[in-house]
Amino acid sequence: MALHLALEVDGDFASLPDHVTAAERAGVALVTIADSPLPPAGGGIRIEAGVRAAFLARRTSRIGLAPTLHATVTEPFHLATQLASLDHASLGRAGWVVGAERSRQAYATVGEPPLAGAELRRELEDVIDVARRLWDSWEDDAVIRDVATGRFLDADRVHHVGFTGARFSVAGPLITPRPPQGQVVVIGWDTLGVTSRLDVALVGGGTVDEVIARARRAREDGAPLVFASVAYDGGSGLPVDRLVGAVDGVHARVSDLAVDLPRLLTETGPRPPLGATLRDTLGLPRPANVFANAGQEPTA
Amino acid sequence: MTHQLHLGVFFTGVGPQLLWTDPAFAAHTHIDTFVQTVGTLERGLFDAFFLGEGLRVRENRGRVYDLDVAGRPDAITQLAALAAETSKIGLVATQNTTYNYPADLARRLASLDAVSAGRAGWNIVTTDNAWTGENFRHGGWLAHERRYERAEAFVETAKALWAGERVDRHTDLVDVTAAPTVTGRPVLFQAGDSPGGRELAAKHADVVFSANTAYDKAVAYASDLRQRLVRHGRSPDAVRILPGAQVVLGDTAAEAMEKAEWIQREQITGPRAIAFLEQYWNKDLSGYDPDGPLPDIEPAEGELDPSRGTISIEHRTGKLERIAEWRTWGVSIRELAIRVTPRHNVFVGTAGQVADEWARYVRDRAVDGFNIIPQLLPGTIEDIVDRLVPALQERGVYRTEYTGSTLREHLDLP
Repeated sequence: MALHLALEVDGDFASLPDHVTAAERAGVALVTIADSPLPPAGGGIRIEAGVRAAFLARRTSRIGLAPTLHATVTEPFHLATQLASLDHASLGRAGWVVGAERSRQAYATVGEPPLAGAELRRELEDVIDVARRLWDSWEDDAVIRDVATGRFLDADRVHHVGFTGARFSVAGPLITPRPPQGQVVVIGWDTLGVTSRLDVALVGGGTVDEVIARARRAREDGAPLVFASVAYDGGSGLPVDRLVGAVDGVHARVSDLAVDLPRLLTETGPRPPLGATLRDTLGLPRPANVFANAGQEPTA
Repeated sequence: MTHQLHLGVFFTGVGPQLLWTDPAFAAHTHIDTFVQTVGTLERGLFDAFFLGEGLRVRENRGRVYDLDVAGRPDAITQLAALAAETSKIGLVATQNTTYNYPADLARRLASLDAVSAGRAGWNIVTTDNAWTGENFRHGGWLAHERRYERAEAFVETAKALWAGERVDRHTDLVDVTAAPTVTGRPVLFQAGDSPGGRELAAKHADVVFSANTAYDKAVAYASDLRQRLVRHGRSPDAVRILPGAQVVLGDTAAEAMEKAEWIQREQITGPRAIAFLEQYWNKDLSGYDPDGPLPDIEPAEGELDPSRGTISIEHRTGKLERIAEWRTWGVSIRELAIRVTPRHNVFVGTAGQVADEWARYVRDRAVDGFNIIPQLLPGTIEDIVDRLVPALQERGVYRTEYTGSTLREHLDLP
């Protein structure tokens, strides 16, 4: 069985479109875009990941684009809108790497004290849950353009989400119609403690055995797909024969894309073909809408 | 050299202006529609493409309002995608200072500026609408009279971060400690017309997206703004004034007039007129004939429902007096809705007539250009680029090529 290949990208923006189009030509399923609200440790600038992804959406046509958006230091409503918009702009190629930046300095950018432990996990669950509900808040056929009655929308198919989490609430609906994929592909590390809410779990480990054990646990916790996330420098070699069957793909964090990509492509062997959407590429079904057939909601 | 007109398109994304009933209507939320639109605008040498903002889907009496186009993208995400499709046009995002974090928004705006190589703009708006705030962590927290205080602290924070400075600011309105991650210099637009809005513009804005389109009002506004600029130690020419405008062109004046009347009838349909009154009555009026007299029942207690998101400050109070006055007019529901809908910003005529009028505006320094709100998609923009733009160029008041590549250069700003 062929492994999917995902690449983490960051760093210089000027060369990014060329790197990502090269990855697309090579059949890489998606790129994840690292980010932080803090300046890069080594100096220089870091363009916000969602903005980079949106720009790349129009320079590529098949590769998935998954920016890291930090659930901890932003407004959940904006986050859901941004990702839905990326999915529209890319015609169904958006993913979201659930970021959980939790340093004191990161929280200080929004004037909040840091969360940790169970509180942090609950916050991540709430942000994922509300984003998923907001993506469903417009049914696929909500726009009816019925000239006879003068109605552009069917108001029964655009829903309040009425979400109440531990630390915030959101009324909804989203301002953006349902994303082409229905739900943006949600990607995150198994260590966040929200594996059951993910579409793709990222697992790592110091040894191949540990990676395989964590992959098994992530599947048991409900992740439809599991990718082994590895720091790849081209020297050590990947234990591809052991990973096949244990994981669905490799998420490679490379130090120099131009040098490492060709080696990585050789080592991981043939890749599944790219589909029209990221879900198609990954073999994930387009989810049913939780609000479909809900009918008219009770008036508030 | 004659002063030049600067043109933008304000793509509202919601509201009654855009006629979705037109058989040719292009899906206004589809990325292809946006890509085609900005391509046409670049062909027409426009300064900027604007996206509006509204952070809650409009409602009428607790239900999603279904009569107007609705659905819009996140502005910065969409403009970043469009940056990859264009090379000249400015890309302006309307973003409010109430329901955003200063460092987060500043970073996203500077990021748009970076990926577009200096073409980003920020149309700064404020809101105190607690109903919109129900979508946010800190909903409804900001008192109406302090919204510009927050906006000013927010803008100062953004400017400092863009200039590469650390920010350490802790007041009851802004609480942020942040280091710059992206530097840049997005062009600042300001649209508020209240005294607070005008002061913010005079202190910080590069461009005002004013509501004063009629000639006399435009002249008075320009004079007021220039005095405020001088008072704040800025050049009276430091800010470009671009009021909102609708344009309806025809081969003859009569044809343009007929088209404008058709557009107005399509914009203010019977169901929309009823919904308009329901905001004031706060009662179900669906049983009334829009072509009949005003409802004979009394309106509900309380002020206007904010959930349409469109009510200007001065209309939020005093509804009973307003209704009493309307009753003396002796008009139908739909005639009333047509009469109270602002029409001051509509330019109707042949391309030559509108070009002559606009040339007068710019010659007299009443405005520096216009922000055009399209009614037909496609249609309005193609008409303007193919007919009005050449007429303006013949009169020497509009560029014949882009001479710069950043939004600041297009607008001739320092």
